[in-house]
Amino acid sequence: MSPRAAWRLESLGFVEVYEYRGGKLDWMAAGLPTEGTNAKRPRAGGLARADVPTCRLDERLGDVRNRAREQGWDAAVVINSERVVFGLLRAKELDLEADQQVSQAMRPAPSTFRPYVLAEEMAAYMRDHERVSVVITTSDGRLVGLLRQEDVSG
Amino acid sequence: MPREVDRNELQHMVEAGAQLVEVLPEEEYAEDHLPKAVSIPLGRLDDEAPTALDRNRPVIVYCWDIA
Repeated sequence: MSPRAAWRLESLGFVEVYEYRGGKLDWMAAGLPTEGTNAKRPRAGGLARADVPTCRLDERLGDVRNRAREQGWDAAVVINSERVVFGLLRAKELDLEADQQVSQAMRPAPSTFRPYVLAEEMAAYMRDHERVSVVITTSDGRLVGLLRQEDVSG
Repeated sequence: MPREVDRNELQHMVEAGAQLVEVLPEEEYAEDHLPKAVSIPLGRLDDEAPTALDRNRPVIVYCWDIA
C-alpha cells in the first residue's frame, strides 16, 4: 500500500517522497510510542518488569540464584552485552546444581512477545498456556522485561 | 523515485520538519498511529494530498508493513 502511495505522490508533483517500509508493525515492535485510542490501553511492553534480574551465559548458577532472590525474584533472563535474550531461568532452573554455568541450566530460546501486544491478549495467552511469565523483547531480540501473570490479570 | 527510510531516519526527518502520512484506513489510524502522522487513506490521496500536504517539504508515507 505504501509503495503505491509514494509513487502516486511523486506523480502529483511531490519532489521528495520517502517510504517507511517497516511501517507501523516495525515501529511498534521496536517498542516506540504511538498515539490513538489503543495507545491508552495497557500493553505488554508497558507492564513488563524491566527490573527483572539478568545474567550472562558464563556466570555460575548459584551466584545468579542468590542475586535474583536477594532482589525478591524467582527468575532471571540470560542476555548478552547487547541485551539480546538467550535464555530464561525460572524457579525450577534456579534450583539446579549451583556450580554449573548458566548456559547449562537455562531454558534456551524461550518464546518471546513484542511490546505492542495488548495486555488483555497476553492475559488470555498466559492463562490458556498456563504460563506464569513470558519474556518481552523488541523485534531485534533485545530484552524489554519479564511479564508476569499477575501483571496482566488485574 | 521514492526512497526508503528506516525508523531512525524517519525520526530524524520528522524532527527536521518532514511530513508523515499514514495511508491506512481512518479506523486503523484512530487506533494507533506514529506521533506527528496525519491520516490520508490511500483512496483519498489524489483528492487530499494536494491541499493537505506541502509539495516543497519531504513526505514520508507508511502503512502497516510493506503490504
